Amino acid sequence: MKTEQIICKNAVLGYEKTPVVENLSFAVCEGDYLCIVGENGSGKSTLVKTLLGLNPPISGEIKRGGGIKSTQIGYLPQQTVVQKDFPASVWEIVLSGCLSKSGLRPFYNKAEKETARKNIERLGITDLSDKCYRDLSGGQQQRVLLARALCAADKLLLLDEPVTGLDPVATADMYALIETLNKSGITIIMISHDTGAAVKYASHILHIADEVFFGTKEEYLKSRQGKMFLNMEGGE
Amino acid sequence: MLEKLTNYLEFPFVRYAIIVGVLIALCSSLLGVTLVLKRFSFIGDGLSHVAFGAMAVASVVNLANKMILVLPITVISAVLLLRTGQNTKIKGDAAIAMISVSSLAFGYLLMNVFSTSANLSGDVCSTLFGSTSILTLRSYEVDLCVALSVIVLFVFVFFYNKIFSVTFDENFAKATGTDVGLYNFIIAVIIAVIIVLAMNLVGSLLISALVIFPALSAMRIFRSFKAVTVFSAVLSVFCALLGMFVSILAGTPVGSTIVAADAAAFFVCCIAGKAMGRN
Repeated sequence: MKTEQIICKNAVLGYEKTPVVENLSFAVCEGDYLCIVGENGSGKSTLVKTLLGLNPPISGEIKRGGGIKSTQIGYLPQQTVVQKDFPASVWEIVLSGCLSKSGLRPFYNKAEKETARKNIERLGITDLSDKCYRDLSGGQQQRVLLARALCAADKLLLLDEPVTGLDPVATADMYALIETLNKSGITIIMISHDTGAAVKYASHILHIADEVFFGTKEEYLKSRQGKMFLNMEGGE
Repeated sequence: MLEKLTNYLEFPFVRYAIIVGVLIALCSSLLGVTLVLKRFSFIGDGLSHVAFGAMAVASVVNLANKMILVLPITVISAVLLLRTGQNTKIKGDAAIAMISVSSLAFGYLLMNVFSTSANLSGDVCSTLFGSTSILTLRSYEVDLCVALSVIVLFVFVFFYNKIFSVTFDENFAKATGTDVGLYNFIIAVIIAVIIVLAMNLVGSLLISALVIFPALSAMRIFRSFKAVTVFSAVLSVFCALLGMFVSILAGTPVGSTIVAADAAAFFVCCIAGKAMGRN
């Protein structure tokens, strides 16, 4: 039995008593690759905030196990406009992932710099580390942000639409990279529009809609929602 | 010409002005990058108008030390304005515009109705454009400026990494357990202090230039946050010194000369950036 890192039981999520998602139950185990799919407005972003501990559930509970604290989730947020012309080097950005470890100390210590260096190497962007973030391609920028997320936490990654705005080659590249990270033992939770990729790469699927589905990929393909999706794909 | 300058430098008030000018220029350039990138360039402008309004109130009630009133009012406004940046009914830029024009109007109104001074338009003009106020600082004002600048510098250096993280990606910082609200608060307070300080140097209408020009210039040439911050500080101090010397020698108003120097430096940096193939 693998360690359960996140357990969600009968949770109701939403803002200020207005529920967005109801009856949500799922569990994420160490080494899983969970893909969260659903329409726009179905509550995916709300779930992200709740998982990060920024928005407590209205009822039900979300527990973290296996030694994971709320600050130990490596988060890859969607890019913001501000970042597009930010004058910062790759090194500075990746290093900023160590911020929560540094506490009140004003500077980063050797161990934190070493973590940053290792993660830059791990994502194959060592030769970019002096480059300016805004001069990079979309795919390279995502690698930088992923390296930063790994600096913050290296057990569990939460990726919010990681391939938005990437061209097909960079998208395939990104999925391959995430798969490699997952194979090396990192638990992946990915929010995605792309149900095709979800079915291709993930081990588990959480489909948020009026009727929530949670199960392995194989179960999803046999389920009503999964079949509906496959028919849609076929019809296109 | 040098002789004339050394002559002037023998006066203590000129030396004070230069010390204060350099410190203010240094502080105001530090947060420029953050403000420009967070799309808050106009916050400096809005706050300076608030400071003008507060200054008007202070002169009307005849406070000896106007800072006592101006500083807290500006700090409170800064905190409120940065807070509206998040989800409120009135959007950030509209809130700034609203607050800034109304404090400008009320300030001028108060000065006009209650002023005891014989030279009203002169007073208003010197509050707006700084005129010679940097040269007429009293010694306790110099001490206060120095103390506040040192505090601002210290806080900035101490929280440099946090400010970077909060500027670059608030969501990520929040998710990894950084107290984003606290650092936004610190940023707001620092900005307010800088604005109040800078009013002495360039007057309230020209403060945004002092805050954003060095950052924008540095962003033309440099590619890392640290390099941009360091270069904008150096450039800002250089322009302030240049502006003050020119104004002493040529008798031009201090504030606008400094801002003109900043603007000229911006164009030089633009050309340099183009020449280096960075657009």
